Amino acid sequence: MDFDHVLLSRIQFGFTVTFHIIFPAFTIGLSAFIAVLLVRYGLTGNEKFNQLARFWTKIFAVSFAMGVVSGLVLSYEIGTNWSHYSRVVGNVVGPLLAYEVVTAFFLEATFLGIMLFGHDRVPRWLHVTSAVMVAIGTAGSAFWILSAISWMQHPTGHEVRDGIAYPLDWARIVFSPTFPMRFAHMVTAAYLTTAFVVLAVGARFALAGRYPDHARTMLHMGLGLALILAPAQVFIGDLHGLDTGEYQPVKLAAIEAHWNGKEVAPFVVLAWPDQEAETNRFELAIPHAGSLVITHEWDGKFPGLLDFPAADRPPVAPVFFAFRIMVAIGFAMVGLVLWGAYLWVRGRLDTSPVFLRVAALSWPAGFIAIISGWMVTEIGRQPWIATGILRTAQAASPLTTETVAVSLALFVLVYGVVFSTGIYSINRLINKGPAPAVIAGERGLPSRPMSAAAGGLSEATGDE
Amino acid sequence: MLDWNWLLPLVWLVIIATGVVMYVILDGFDLGVGILFPTVRSESSRDTMMNSVAPFWDGNETWLVLGGGGLLAAFPGAYSVIMPALYIPLILMLLALILRGVSFEFRWTAKPYQQAWDWAFAGGSILAAFSQGLVLGGLLHGIEVENGAFAGGPFDWFSAFSLMCGFGLVAGYGLLGACWLLIRTTGEVESHARRMAPLFLAAVVLFAALVSLWTPLRYDYIWTRWFSVPNIFFLWPLPLATAALVAFVWRAIARGDELKPFLGVIGIFLLCFLGLAISSYPYLVPPSIDLWQAAAGQASLQIMLYGVAIMLPLILGYTAFVYWTFRGKLREGESYH
Repeated sequence: MDFDHVLLSRIQFGFTVTFHIIFPAFTIGLSAFIAVLLVRYGLTGNEKFNQLARFWTKIFAVSFAMGVVSGLVLSYEIGTNWSHYSRVVGNVVGPLLAYEVVTAFFLEATFLGIMLFGHDRVPRWLHVTSAVMVAIGTAGSAFWILSAISWMQHPTGHEVRDGIAYPLDWARIVFSPTFPMRFAHMVTAAYLTTAFVVLAVGARFALAGRYPDHARTMLHMGLGLALILAPAQVFIGDLHGLDTGEYQPVKLAAIEAHWNGKEVAPFVVLAWPDQEAETNRFELAIPHAGSLVITHEWDGKFPGLLDFPAADRPPVAPVFFAFRIMVAIGFAMVGLVLWGAYLWVRGRLDTSPVFLRVAALSWPAGFIAIISGWMVTEIGRQPWIATGILRTAQAASPLTTETVAVSLALFVLVYGVVFSTGIYSINRLINKGPAPAVIAGERGLPSRPMSAAAGGLSEATGDE
Repeated sequence: MLDWNWLLPLVWLVIIATGVVMYVILDGFDLGVGILFPTVRSESSRDTMMNSVAPFWDGNETWLVLGGGGLLAAFPGAYSVIMPALYIPLILMLLALILRGVSFEFRWTAKPYQQAWDWAFAGGSILAAFSQGLVLGGLLHGIEVENGAFAGGPFDWFSAFSLMCGFGLVAGYGLLGACWLLIRTTGEVESHARRMAPLFLAAVVLFAALVSLWTPLRYDYIWTRWFSVPNIFFLWPLPLATAALVAFVWRAIARGDELKPFLGVIGIFLLCFLGLAISSYPYLVPPSIDLWQAAAGQASLQIMLYGVAIMLPLILGYTAFVYWTFRGKLREGESYH
């Protein structure tokens, strides 16, 4: 492999975008969770929800800041490292990104100020509204960026004149065929990821015997949401896979490591796909199962990698493995929520140490699944940057290899520091817990008899 | 018959210029507060300074995304040339913005060991401002273009002129930051800002004068733009108005005004920006790519114009609302941390 500026730019973009997606994946769901907590506080007046909202808001602020600054990098890298790409598809992708900025970024960034700092400056309803605006902004941002990404995966509604893509039909550009399911899959993944983080933090407190009342609320809210979303995600993922089969058959063949389209496909559980030899080594496969899953027929056939010119195939191994990691985690998540649901019904959710220990460790599950899923999507699109319009190798900026090597090294260094400090900070905030001493003192205020009672109750059960 | 292919790029130039001006003024003052960070020692003063901009910095920085994203969308022919040509200063700016952006959170969670993030906040703010000056200088200096693509080397932007623009922008943002602190803070921080503001104002005057003299002497097209007849008859009030505003700001700082220095400095920035715009119009990438050559197709510009026409007033409205919510002096110990 030749370490030229194109490969280094790919590594740099892959690195910075992978780093970035961690934070939106979390903040999309977390902003909605905080909004729900504040709404519940507004409806019930129960101080517990307010404390939880403030606790998670601090964690949100750290994550959001990291998401903002790493996202800014991406909007410039499109030009700094992929200038030919920006010239060829700027007419089509540019407006989608511009809509993301004007409809979503400003909304979330501006109302964030009130959400974080405004709780004693604005009336309560406005504070709640701000949290809702931030949640809408983050989801809206996902809408536009996934629209742009999906168009690159399978472009529609455009024409190419003199090598430049021009828009013809905006509806078909915004809602390109792979977009709806990809968007549903990603937003569900984001909410699910957050649900697991909330569940894990609840489990951590329950295990330690700290804030049992808050812990129970987090266990219930996290598990309750995951109980709906984890199985739904399996279903949505399957629909998304059907879209892939229809519109991006070569990617599907890579996912399944399916080489010969004339043969009935087994389901390849594990193998080492050998791109050079055009076959799988050490294959462990279930006969006919691949055809059954993809075509829903015992002897069904679908295109294999050999049906496509070698120059048009994505790298098979990373796509193949990343997909298996994502699916394995997805089913593990379903297993965990079903286990939790069983304990919940039995009334033992917050007292089963084995479950709580597993749940407390499960927080990275969603993140790893999301990163793996994106690797399937984006590596599976190769060798194209915009399928059929422009190849990745032709899209890069005219830069020197040294320049990109140095910038990549600096990104790794700075992101390394920022990421480790971020994890450390969030961990510290979690350890501090949802009800710091100052607020605990306020519980006894006579103006809030209900919350005082709730506080007294949680203290009686051994809080703090 | 109105020629949309002529008009739309012009409209978009105005929109992007508005975005850049909004960015320079808004993120300018919060970067400026970071630039002033090393000039104070006490932790509580630094807390106050950081809290004075904490609710706004994120929204402010979004204007930079609008500038970058808007340029891609409206002028892909300029975006795809400027970005790789100014690769090094732009990447430095992004890295600096990352460090100072996360400092808003990390400095609090790291307490009492926040010193490293004090440095990250100050250093990041200074480097971000300086890099933006390098970008400006590199752009004014001109970019080598062949067949509509960047054709120069990685250090083409580097010159004494671009370094000067870098120092100039650090001084300008520092001035904005100091004037912001006059509005938002009291006591020690305010009096410190009042001592610093004239120093930064003097530096701004020096650098603005240097740029104003240097560019027409060095670049013929800028000389022609300003000093040819009849242009000079229309343009001579511009430097005069700038000088008058400088005097106004100087007096306002000395007299203890709170809001006037900030508004005056915004005026100075607007006039400088207008001067730069007059120098380089109609080129987006001097000296070869003008705004019509760089513009996206009509359909793209049109669809985005609908979005901006609806959303920009809303954005300005709720931005103003947030500033209104956090108006006045910072209350003691006000922060969510």
